[in-house]
Amino acid sequence: MMKRIRIATVVLASIFGMTCLGASSDEGVKIIKISAKRFEYSPQQIMLKKGVPVVFQLTTEDRTHGFNIPSMNLRTDIVPGKVTELKVTPQKAGELDFFCDVFCGSGHEGMNGKITVTE
Amino acid sequence: MDFFFVQLSDTHWGFEGAKINPDAKGTLIKAVKEVNGLQQKPDFVVFTGDLTQTTDDTSVRKARMKEFKQIVGELDTKVVHFMPGEHDAALDKGETYKDFFGETHYTFDHKGVHFITIDNVCDPTGSIGEEQLEWLKADLAQQKPDANIVVLTHRPLFDLYPQWDWATRDGAKAIDLLMPFQNVTVFYGHIHQENHHMTGHIAHHSAKSLMLPMPLAGSVPKRQPIPWSASEPYRGMGFRNVLSESKRDKYQLSEYQIKEDARI
Repeated sequence: MMKRIRIATVVLASIFGMTCLGASSDEGVKIIKISAKRFEYSPQQIMLKKGVPVVFQLTTEDRTHGFNIPSMNLRTDIVPGKVTELKVTPQKAGELDFFCDVFCGSGHEGMNGKITVTE
Repeated sequence: MDFFFVQLSDTHWGFEGAKINPDAKGTLIKAVKEVNGLQQKPDFVVFTGDLTQTTDDTSVRKARMKEFKQIVGELDTKVVHFMPGEHDAALDKGETYKDFFGETHYTFDHKGVHFITIDNVCDPTGSIGEEQLEWLKADLAQQKPDANIVVLTHRPLFDLYPQWDWATRDGAKAIDLLMPFQNVTVFYGHIHQENHHMTGHIAHHSAKSLMLPMPLAGSVPKRQPIPWSASEPYRGMGFRNVLSESKRDKYQLSEYQIKEDARI
């Protein structure tokens, strides 16, 4: 049963062009640090190249936030005191929205950003 | 037996923003007046969440809930059912809300219709959670396949527009549990506008806000309220009266706009 679950996880990661990483990232892969705090991300605009993998290193300055890229079906919590890493390889050019999906107060609705993927 | 109930939603009591709603302290009062003036008297009123605007200050939260309760206490209707939105409950997991309004998920029966209130906001991730889903499953196990079931909730149970957080993370699990029942209708709020959607044979109807209207999903780059229109005051704000027709197992909706001259 455990084997089946592991196989399913890898397949999903391939479909959406992403992999969840542990504490360390692959050598040579560009790291993009993203900091969250009520009610903004820094940076809010991220430029990526199609087919080029990057690692997002996500941290929060205050409380738990979410990081959700709906068009990639990708999300994670950003928990205080922890660096959360996500490896992303965009598969097509265009603009992708990301937003906080953990309610964090008055202003939560405006906590979002944009990823621009170029050829 | 036929009956009416009124749905009001997203009153966001405590919201301030003159460009969005210069009558922030008057709109809910006008709505109460209009509900009291309806020719088709409702058997009860439901508020589908975001009764108050969120705040970090517990004393302010309590004051807003107290004021809200006083205002809606003027409703002529004897029975009023409440449920929280994320603005009421997500920052303290519903603790303050429960002190004022009671449980965040519950059922009640009225003239042959089984109403189920689902809480998808006390968890700040916008989830129902396994415990409540088990509770829902157990409640539905007592219902016949042709039972008339109405679900009241705050966030859409389906993925209306996840890019704006207009979804419930595990809403599909609730829909799966409801799917075997032939007569299910969902009334919800959160998106501050009318929307009518089908998931299979289950109808989902969202209500307008009584504080700040929102644009159509994805129609503008940012999720921001629609500014107040001086030429069309209260545009996009209102409430609905729902006629439950037992003979036809369906619901007839009547939408009401807030009137500028309504006074309590």
